[in-house]
Amino acid sequence: MAKYLGKRIFYIILTLFIVTTITFFLMKLMPGTPLTNQAKLTPTQIHQIYKQYGLDKPVWQQYLVYLGGVIHGNFGTSFQFSNQPVSYLISSRLGPSLIIGGQGMVLGVLAGLIVGAVGAIKANTWVDTSATIISILFISIPSFVLAVLLQYYLGLKLRLFPIADWGGFMYTVLPTLALAASPLAETARFMRTEMVDVLSSDYIELAKAKGLNKVGIIYHHALRNSLIPVVTIIGPLAVNIMTGSMVVENIFSIPGIGEQFVKSILTNDYPTIMGLTIVYSAMLCVVLLITDIVYGLIDPRIRINK
Amino acid sequence: MENDKDVLEVRNLKINFNTYAGTVKAIRDVSFDLRKGETLAIVGESGSGKTVTTRSIMGLNSPNAVIDSGTIMFKGQDLLKKSRKQMDQIRGRDIAEIFQDPMTSLDPTMKIGKQIAEPLIIHKGMKREKAYAQALEMMKLVGIENAEQRINNYPHQFSGGMRQRIVIAIALVNYPEILIADEPTTALDVTIQAQILDLMKELQAKTNTSIIFITHDLGVVAGMADRVAVMYAGKIVEYGTVDEIFYNPKHPYTWGLLNSMPTMDTSGTELPSIPGTPPDLLDPPVGDAFAARNKYALKIDTEKQPPFFKVSDTHYAATWLLDPRAPKVTPPAPIIERQKHYAELVHEELNKSKGNHVEEQEEQL
Repeated sequence: MAKYLGKRIFYIILTLFIVTTITFFLMKLMPGTPLTNQAKLTPTQIHQIYKQYGLDKPVWQQYLVYLGGVIHGNFGTSFQFSNQPVSYLISSRLGPSLIIGGQGMVLGVLAGLIVGAVGAIKANTWVDTSATIISILFISIPSFVLAVLLQYYLGLKLRLFPIADWGGFMYTVLPTLALAASPLAETARFMRTEMVDVLSSDYIELAKAKGLNKVGIIYHHALRNSLIPVVTIIGPLAVNIMTGSMVVENIFSIPGIGEQFVKSILTNDYPTIMGLTIVYSAMLCVVLLITDIVYGLIDPRIRINK
Repeated sequence: MENDKDVLEVRNLKINFNTYAGTVKAIRDVSFDLRKGETLAIVGESGSGKTVTTRSIMGLNSPNAVIDSGTIMFKGQDLLKKSRKQMDQIRGRDIAEIFQDPMTSLDPTMKIGKQIAEPLIIHKGMKREKAYAQALEMMKLVGIENAEQRINNYPHQFSGGMRQRIVIAIALVNYPEILIADEPTTALDVTIQAQILDLMKELQAKTNTSIIFITHDLGVVAGMADRVAVMYAGKIVEYGTVDEIFYNPKHPYTWGLLNSMPTMDTSGTELPSIPGTPPDLLDPPVGDAFAARNKYALKIDTEKQPPFFKVSDTHYAATWLLDPRAPKVTPPAPIIERQKHYAELVHEELNKSKGNHVEEQEEQL
């Protein structure tokens, strides 16, 4: 297991290196400059600012300088956010993002599993059809539309939850719901298909022949086996949540990294873009690693330490 | 008929399947008995209704199956009238089943010890340790080596033959009255097949379980069964003891089946097969369902279904050829060979019972 983990961590570092490299050069291809009031500045002033931030050097040199910094744990200083170090900017804003992302993920996946399982158990009945309709709706409605609808109905009309800002659990409810919709739908669809398959398999037939009742069959034999393929989509779902959070955080004015990411891209805030890219990639890598470990726990056939 | 040694009596079973194309009459009036400790083989080609028959004994037919009529009496009660809950209590305790493919019939994510112990925990309310101890014993009984270690293994760590042993252990762990074996060796290598069959016979001798053995492999039947029922198009067409069916078959379909089985004498020549295909059970023929493929068919075969004609106390066949008014037909040559062998068998039986008068009898024959 330790050997496997070591290998995986090495690959994660390699992945992050490649992502950093590609993003760095792509970012430099973006139009515009980090200067918001360029028109008012003289070329000398611009040159001076560029020199101050090392932007006057060739791109490959800038890349090497940046990489050198990263290896020493220095992610640079933000151009826009009051010249704060990027590492501080991110760490102070990571919390809210992790909270709503994590809640959205857990709620979406758990509710999706339940909806999918119920749909499969009651396959081809009205229950199954309603479950399918819910899934299709939640896949089709973009999270930002859902966010606005939630704000309007649950926030403005019913006054159940605050419509924006940050400050305690109640503020997380609406963004969490907006984020959970898409993973819920994906998980439900996947779970239903898998479970219908599993329920018609030979070992379920044998479980029936043993005299297990319906609840016993589902609890002891069907659930775990249906979960195996569902675990594989958790990685892509995490990506879903991360991209969704960028928009959702903006709509709900949540001081998270998603909101920051969007702003930094719009203003060509190079160090912040790079820092957040690395953070997002690292989170995804960790989710994938956890997925693979969980996969092994559920399915003995691919267990790693044997 | 009313033998108190019967553990199961199936009477006039008719089962239909509602499909988009219409009503499929899958089982058309099937009756048979199963005696204590015997092995009854049900043979027939795919779609003849072997599996549907046993599925209805287990109460596990698919939801679109409709029991049109009939009774399945077990311990004085009709299984067809039981609720799903009541059947849950019978399945795995009194009646167990082994399936065809051991590679897929075990839960891939559950340790085999738990899978074997499960019926004990469900039906006898046993505590975990006690159930596992009994599961371990069962594993040893079915011939799994190092059972103490292997009890914590998962199915993928076993070979196909070993997995079928585990499936047998699961089925027999509660010492059921009846074991239904639905083609239990079809998916296995021939060498493993023999081992599994030997194991089943050995365990049957120990537990006195009655076995319903479904197969289309007549070679397996000869070694396993006490009695044989031949099914065709949702009906039993002939039944009798294994010797009667193999050496004195009366139904043309049984002749066809036996002829298409390779024997030690088969060499070089093409293996005979039964021409044509089974009838469409959406709209079964009025008369004998086998008539269209039967070169011995009489005119009445297309008009009226044949009743069972008695050949001996244990041997019945549903073919008009046995009617006293029917013309004498000569069965295919290999069947005549078989019947000669049967005469010898009967002869030997007589010798055993009568002792020394061998010479005289031979002259008479």
